[in-house]
Amino acid sequence: MTPRKVALPLLSLGAVLLVWTALSHTVAPDLPSPLRTWQESRRYILEPFFKDGEMNQGILRLAFYSLVRVGKGYLLALALGTPLGFLLGLSRAFHESFDPVVQFLRPISPLAWLPLGLVIFQKSEPAAIFTIALCAMWPTVINTAVGVRSISQDYLNVGRVLKLSRVKMLTKIIVPASLPYVFTGYRLSLGLAWLVIVASEMLTGTPGVGGFLWQEYNSLVYSHIILSVVTIGAVGLALDRLMGLVEARFKAV
Amino acid sequence: MAYLEVRGLAKSYVTPRGTTHVLGGVDLALEEREFVAIVGYSGSGKTTLVSLVAGLVAPDAGEIVLDGVPVTAPGPERGIVFQQYSLLPWMTVYENVALAVDAVNTGLAAAERRRLTEELIALVGLTPATWKRPRQLSGGMRQRVAVARGLAMKPKVLLMDEPFSALDALTRASCQDLLIRIWGEHRSTVILITNDVDEAILLADRIYPLTPGPGAVLGPAIEVGLPRPRARRHLSLQPAYQKARQAIVDFLRANRRVA
Repeated sequence: MTPRKVALPLLSLGAVLLVWTALSHTVAPDLPSPLRTWQESRRYILEPFFKDGEMNQGILRLAFYSLVRVGKGYLLALALGTPLGFLLGLSRAFHESFDPVVQFLRPISPLAWLPLGLVIFQKSEPAAIFTIALCAMWPTVINTAVGVRSISQDYLNVGRVLKLSRVKMLTKIIVPASLPYVFTGYRLSLGLAWLVIVASEMLTGTPGVGGFLWQEYNSLVYSHIILSVVTIGAVGLALDRLMGLVEARFKAV
Repeated sequence: MAYLEVRGLAKSYVTPRGTTHVLGGVDLALEEREFVAIVGYSGSGKTTLVSLVAGLVAPDAGEIVLDGVPVTAPGPERGIVFQQYSLLPWMTVYENVALAVDAVNTGLAAAERRRLTEELIALVGLTPATWKRPRQLSGGMRQRVAVARGLAMKPKVLLMDEPFSALDALTRASCQDLLIRIWGEHRSTVILITNDVDEAILLADRIYPLTPGPGAVLGPAIEVGLPRPRARRHLSLQPAYQKARQAIVDFLRANRRVA
């Protein structure tokens, strides 16, 4: 890391803190200043795993609850989205019949799915997971389908000349050839899953970063809203970087 | 009837800008263990001809009969060495060759198939690179893997589509020497497609010039009267070499489209 790569982001961070301070002292008096935010949040950060009650816990403990929930929804999204993507990419008939459905379902907001999930499952936890899965699966579906359709004809010709069986064609050529696309889909899906967690926790009031955020808003502890927002951003960034590393490994082949 | 017989093969492609007549009735006959080269300008339809014989593309007219069986679909008995290598980049050299060995020798035990794969890799001199992936190899090495994979198909006829055209001159020469050696040992039936007249004369028993498209057809066969085994050195000084070269170049020039 060059000094430049450290100094410039620090500079922009300083600018953000400055604007934030200025705002809290002028137009938005209810917005806690950076200093006040730190003072009111330090226990949550310095003892990140404490637990005083259902909704009063260290920030990493809360983030962990959210991550577990996201993990479940995300795995469900991959389990549904990957085969759906392969089918869409492989079969013209399947593509023609289901692509309109995919395009229709894709832009629906998590806020719209969640109440439906609550109606179906009667419980907040499965409803949240259902919502995460339904919102997060589309990048996986679409990237997998695109990946399958953009496999070089040369590779497919190798399989044709060798008269590979359908199973071998899939496992030896189609799946490995589309893997880089599939993993791009996985990375985007994880980003979406994390995006959805806040909304679903806010609406269901379950313990986690999003639930905590909403509760603290209702309790007028505004500094903890900022704490939650920063945590959500940090975890999201970490997840994206992690998936980026995984993806790079697959692209390096 | 010849071992491989191609009669009246024609192919057009319909594009948004109109129909392109690529091949207009190609006739070709090969005996078993013959090495035939087809020479033509780039863009004259050579790759289309290979794809048709391979069965990857269906002809508009004409037929291909190999060893008494009409060709309707691709199959390993018409093994191909593709122009762009087409090695699977996620597989090692071993896995690329083994894919073909396993596909063709389903009746053999695993140990026997492994021995065959290793033998083929050794044949093209790549044993030290067995566990490398294609992107770790030079162009020449990749093309040798492609040759090993083509031979692994145990083809009745091996189709080679400009196999060395992407290589630099020195690598190309050593790949040609390798091919001469392998062919000397195995005597496979080969159709080599090339735009390099000297390569054709060095390797083939018989050469067909392909007239430039549209509607390309094969010109009269030119026999290469050079004795085998052939060595690159002094070959070009022999009268038979110069005669064959002159005949091909004259034919291609005479039938050239006005550029």
